[in-house]
This record gives sequence, C-alpha cells and structure tokens, in this order.
Amino acid sequence: MKSATTWLRRNLVVIAGLGTLAYLILPNVVVTAFSFNNPTGRFNYAWQEFSLDAWKDPCGVADMCGSLSLSLQIALWATIGATVLGTAIAFAMVRYRFRGRGAVNSLIFLPMAMPEIVMAASLLALFLNMGIQLGFWTILIAHVMFCLSFVVAAVKARVLSMDPRLEEAARDLYAGPVQTFLRVTLPIAAPGIAAGALLSFALSFDDFIITNFNSGNTVTFPMFVWGSAQRGTPVQINVIGTAMFVIAVLVVLGGQMVANRRKKAQPK
Amino acid sequence: MSAPATLPEVAVSAEPPVHKPSLKKRLVPYWLLLPGILWLLVFFVLPMVYQASTSVQTGSLEEGYEVTWHFQTYWDAFTEYYPQFLRSLLYAGTATALCLLLGYPLAYLIAFKAGRWRNLLLVLVIAPFFTSFLIRTLAWKTILADGGPVVGVLNTVGFLDVTSWLGMTEGDRVLATPLAVVCGLTYNFLPFMILPLYTSLERIDTRLHEAAGDLYARPATVFRKVTFPLSMPGVVSGTLLTFIPASGDYVNAELLGSTDTRMIGNVIQSQYLRILDYPTAAALSFILMAIVLVMVTIYIRRAGTEDLV
Repeated sequence: MKSATTWLRRNLVVIAGLGTLAYLILPNVVVTAFSFNNPTGRFNYAWQEFSLDAWKDPCGVADMCGSLSLSLQIALWATIGATVLGTAIAFAMVRYRFRGRGAVNSLIFLPMAMPEIVMAASLLALFLNMGIQLGFWTILIAHVMFCLSFVVAAVKARVLSMDPRLEEAARDLYAGPVQTFLRVTLPIAAPGIAAGALLSFALSFDDFIITNFNSGNTVTFPMFVWGSAQRGTPVQINVIGTAMFVIAVLVVLGGQMVANRRKKAQPK
Repeated sequence: MSAPATLPEVAVSAEPPVHKPSLKKRLVPYWLLLPGILWLLVFFVLPMVYQASTSVQTGSLEEGYEVTWHFQTYWDAFTEYYPQFLRSLLYAGTATALCLLLGYPLAYLIAFKAGRWRNLLLVLVIAPFFTSFLIRTLAWKTILADGGPVVGVLNTVGFLDVTSWLGMTEGDRVLATPLAVVCGLTYNFLPFMILPLYTSLERIDTRLHEAAGDLYARPATVFRKVTFPLSMPGVVSGTLLTFIPASGDYVNAELLGSTDTRMIGNVIQSQYLRILDYPTAAALSFILMAIVLVMVTIYIRRAGTEDLV
C-alpha cells in the first residue's frame, strides 16, 4: 500500500501531464470517430451507426469544398505576404541600429497584445468608412496584418541566436553582400522563417473572428463550419477535420525526421 | 531613449566600426522595415483611429453618421453591458488559471521527463491546432451532451454538485452553462499556455535541480524555490497569451453557452454585424481594449518581467 502511494507521488507529474494531453486530444478523437457516423437528423452530435459514406464522398456537401479551397488560397497568400514582410522587419530589428526602434517594437508587439475582436472590429470600421467592398481582398489584408507579428517574433528569435561572426567570416572570404546573405544568412535563418510561415498558415487557415467581421458574403472554411453549427453539421466536416489532423501530424513528424537526419549528418 | 541601449548583445559586432557607413548603407534598415511597418500603420493603426472616430459619432444607418464627440456612448455602453464585461473577465480569468494548472504538468513532463518521447508529445500538443478549432469546439457539444458519459461521471462523483453550488452549472446539465464555456475556453487556449511554459522550462539547467537536491531540498521545495521562479517568463507570457484572446472570445460562449453566458465579445459581434449600431460597438470594443491593456500592464509590472518579445 505504501509503495503504491510512493509510486503515485513520484509519477504525479507524468499522470497529470498525460491527463492534460488526453484533454487536448479528446475532441480530435471524437471528431475522428464521428466522421464514421451516419447521423439521422441535421446535426452530427449523437452516435447512430458506422458508415464510410462521408469518407467516400468528402465533397458531397454543397459549397464546403469551395470554402475549403478558398481558405487554402487565402492562407497561402497570407503566409507568403506575412513571411516576406515579417522576415525583412526581423532582420532590420536584429542586425541594425536605427532611430525609432522602440516605437517599431511596440507597433509589432501590439497586435499580439490585443483581443482579436478589437482588431477585427477596427478593420471593419476602416473598410466601412472607406466604402471598401468586403471579400477576398479584405480577408487577405487582415490575415497578413495579424500574421506579421508572429513571423517577426519567430524569425527574430532565430536570428538572435545566430553567430554574427559567421557572416563576417564569409565576408573575409570575399563573399559579396548578396552571396553572404543567400549562402550563409538565409540558410541559418531558414528554420525560424519556416516556423513563422507554418504558424502564419495555421493561424490564417483557422482564423474565425477577424474573418467573421471582414468577409462580407465570402465564405471561408471556418465561416462554413460556423454557419453549419446553426443550420446542421454535415459529417463531411469531421472528415475534413480528421484529414487535417493526420496531415499535420505527418508534416510535422516528417519535418522533424529531416531535421534529425541533418543534425546527425553534420555534428556540431 | 538611445537606440543602442535597447540593442541585444548578440547584434553588436565584436569590432567597433572604423568608419561611418555610407548613407546608402544607413538606409538599409529603413528599406527593410518600410513595407511591413506601412502595412501595420495602414491596416492596424489607422483602423484604430477610424474606430475611435466611429465611437464618438451619432446618427443612424439610414441618415448617415457624423462625428459629434458624443462621449456619452461610452458611458451608456458600459452601464448597459457591464455584466457582460464582468463575465468575460471572470470566465477568461478562470480559464487562464485552469490552463496554468493543467498546462504546467504537461510542459514539465515534456521538458524534463519525456526523454525520446519529447518530440512526439510536442507534436501532439501542436497538431490539434490544425483541425479547425471550430470543429473541435463543436466536438465538445458531443462530449458534454446531456446524459452522456462525461456528464454522467461528473454527476456520480459529485462534481456537478460543487459546480452548481459555485453557480457554474445547473442541475445535471453541463452544456449551455458557464462550466461548458469555461471548459471550451480552457481547451482552446491551452496550447498557448503550454508552449511558452515549455520553452522557459526547457532552458533551465537541470544541474540546478541536482544542486538543490544535494543541499537537502525536498522535491516540493526544489519546485517552489528553483523551478517555478525560473519558469516565470513562461508563466507570464502563457497567462497573457491565454487571458487576452479569451477575454474577447465569443465563439465558445456562442457554441457551448446560452443567452445567460454571453460574453462581451458576443455583444460586440452582434452590435457590429446584426444590430449595426456602430458607435456603441466601437465604444464597447475600446472599453474592452482599455480594460485588457490596463490589466496586462499592472500584471507585467507585478510579475516583474519586462522582456516579453
């Protein structure tokens, strides 16, 4: 009996941690399970019977796959925009001294320190006042705006931990500024840039609050899910959710395997 | 403020510059900054100005609005909706506390005990991000369904009696109660707590734990005197990353709650998108921003960590 309590005390952290992990994963398990459900009513909230129908025909719901492809496009363009703009800012912040550094720093920090709904509403106020038609472009503009700060943070962290002497060495070996940047700086900063880009993609693809305010009648995938929560949720939504989870796990694990192999290939 | 004082050490090159760089070179950082900063000025700062002006306008949707410096809107909006403000802060605060309580063990586990499972556990924390959070929030409707297994267990162990006494649930229901909303908020923002906690825990030199143990500190003391203080940057940024978005959220309250659990986000959303009372909506949104900024500033002061980004 005593050994049982000692064991429990010793492994308390492990048990509590795994409990939290279960709490995090539980909805994904439910989403996956219910992608095989055959619901009777409009809502897919109660288990009826096993069925593969939704997996056989994932685009069988009107407008769902259209909204999915729209979200993918927006996420792609927002990622490109935010990564390019954010990486440039991060390099300027780390590598140069200039006037107004503090102001720039706060300007980048503020979008992360503000409830999303405040930004969403203020952008809507701008678009309404300017008489700009809400749609694809207003969504894209908003997504680039809120992804930017996260890219800056991710790239900055990476560039800060980078030894500036590597670039000096390249210059000593007569590499020009462009060559130094492309062959030394960029490869070292790449993991930070990749992390920022991945984060942007995920944030943009999943964004609901800012999109809800600035999309007008345009329906992105999160908007479609939101609407379906009121009208009736098709099983296909769970299929897409499951597929997204599986793809994400594979992509991240694959990326880590590549990184591990590289680490083994060139030991420090 | 002189610029070099804020410059991180790494960026300062080992040798002092011998000659002054040319004008062209000195302009490089500005060219790098220009596009991104312009984007933020036009689509982040300017909108705030527009919203500020909207909040002091009067008029109607049919006849048009006009800036009349009608600050009364702020007072009216606050007095009418202060229950929702209070509720938002209460729910967001509870969710943040729960996130810290639940997230800390997992972050600790990944940082110190996971060994070769570390990467897999990290993936499992991040991966749910990629399934649309709306889909996952809807899944909570299934999990917490009336008469479902989760509610049954909570009822059997007497948990619901406690939460009912606290006013978090009513009877043997969980859906459409404050508990469901707080559960959804906690769930949705948990990764934002775990990742900063993990980052700051991972940086701790484990030899400090050994040293504390050698000095006859018990594990609980080691945690209280060494681990937890050293993880404070993670605790601060984790709580901010959880509390700030949670205080403005309206998705969880809408999907898992009822009309009695409406948060201020729900009010702002319906004022802007359904009722179309733009001045009130803008005023509410500014009051929320002010409350959050004041609370965050006080919190950062008291926590004593200034370098967050």
